Amino acid sequence: MAQTLKTTPLHELHLSLGAKMVEFAGYDMPVQYPLGVMKEHLHTREKAGLFDVSHMGQAVIVSDTHEAAAKALETLVPGEVQKLGIGRQRLTVLLNDSGGILDDLMVSRPPTDGRLNIVVNGACKEDDYAYLDARLPAGANLERFDNRGLLALQGPKASAVLAKHAPEAAEIKFMRFAEIEIGDIMAVVTRGGYTGEDGFEISTWADDTQKLARLLLDDDRVEPVGLGARDSLRLEAGMCLYGHDLNPEISPVEGNIAFTIGKRRREEGGFPGAARILRELADGPARLRVGILPTGRAPAREGAKIQSTDGTDIGVVTSGGFGPSVGGPVAMGYVSTEHAATGTDIQLVVRGKALPARITDMPFTPHRYFRG
Amino acid sequence: MTIMYTKDHEWVRADGDLYVVGISAHAAEQLGDVVFIELPEVGKTFAKGDDMAVVESVKAASDVYAPISGEIMEVNSAVVDEPAKINEDAMGAAWFIKMKPSNASEIEALMDEAAYKDFAENS
Repeated sequence: MAQTLKTTPLHELHLSLGAKMVEFAGYDMPVQYPLGVMKEHLHTREKAGLFDVSHMGQAVIVSDTHEAAAKALETLVPGEVQKLGIGRQRLTVLLNDSGGILDDLMVSRPPTDGRLNIVVNGACKEDDYAYLDARLPAGANLERFDNRGLLALQGPKASAVLAKHAPEAAEIKFMRFAEIEIGDIMAVVTRGGYTGEDGFEISTWADDTQKLARLLLDDDRVEPVGLGARDSLRLEAGMCLYGHDLNPEISPVEGNIAFTIGKRRREEGGFPGAARILRELADGPARLRVGILPTGRAPAREGAKIQSTDGTDIGVVTSGGFGPSVGGPVAMGYVSTEHAATGTDIQLVVRGKALPARITDMPFTPHRYFRG
Repeated sequence: MTIMYTKDHEWVRADGDLYVVGISAHAAEQLGDVVFIELPEVGKTFAKGDDMAVVESVKAASDVYAPISGEIMEVNSAVVDEPAKINEDAMGAAWFIKMKPSNASEIEALMDEAAYKDFAENS
């Protein structure tokens, strides 16, 4: 089994750090290091955590001009890509013809004209690339960056840690990026991440990724953090995990990420499944992703039924567990829209017992981004 | 005092007429930080191998099975209030329940310390 798994440029480093390895997205990945999920999570919120996210798909859409590349991508996503400024990144979603989400991805516009960088989920990348290859209009092509690694440095000390090696990193604002030298390593550094904390995602040539990771880990404020804490951090931050909170049946309106649908796109349409998505924007979706706070201490996991207080099934939990920074259980899931209002009392069915809970706003822990 | 183990990583030791049950230090280490535990109610009866309790880490929930058949006589409310004790002292203070066995000979089929150590290292 293990020998059939793909590895990232940091595989050797994970093993040398004593990581517990698991299969994820076809890769042999660290789920936790000796510190453990709880302490890795808390350390990230207190200081800084370093994550290997090299399993994610990095690629570029190439065309003659920005306008051509943006128009090509806009045939498959509902985001405003044409007006994306140089050096800026935004979240968007790849849609199927029913308006369901095939993946959520970051799109950014580098200085070179006619190029749009994308970062897609590791588990989806082969399907995404096949879909883009098949569906991008003539004149736009996908090029994979399989020879690049990706690190995430997240937490309130991330900026100071990175600035030690590259002072200009501290100046980058949330959802913007710059190509900078860290030590002697050329890197594309984006401010943002998947924890709700200030931080960076750092793309380098795969040959340099391990060297950069070791450089960052040399700082006492930085601990390596595995997939376990990555999941609890993003859950507390109210962010979706593709394949759990988002899937090909769910639209961006239902997924409560309608901010990914650009203003002009709402008027013009022209993306897959536009009829459904525009109807849901106008009339409201049948179901909605919501935050859920269980009243007691029992975590409600993915798959737990959500009921109204009279015991009627109204939805299902799609992510749930214990939030180390919240100090208790947190969850998100889909409920029929009439039950989706913040403050609505509900119950969650855990091991056959209906436990009280409440619909709540997300994030569960406040976002602390650097907006300059 | 002899401690016996199951293949599901519960331990059992005699305490007067009763048997004390917990999960092994090896199991606690594998689970990681325990954040929630659900224990059965006093008076409930279980057959050997029944789901009896649940232990949850940040990542996942794991079932704990009755290592022998019997009735729950006492539960450790301290470990319910402070599940992290399981990571600190799984074999001692973080015991789960005390059972009155309905068939005490079942304990003889369990693994002793040496057999469990060998089992845990190779599983």
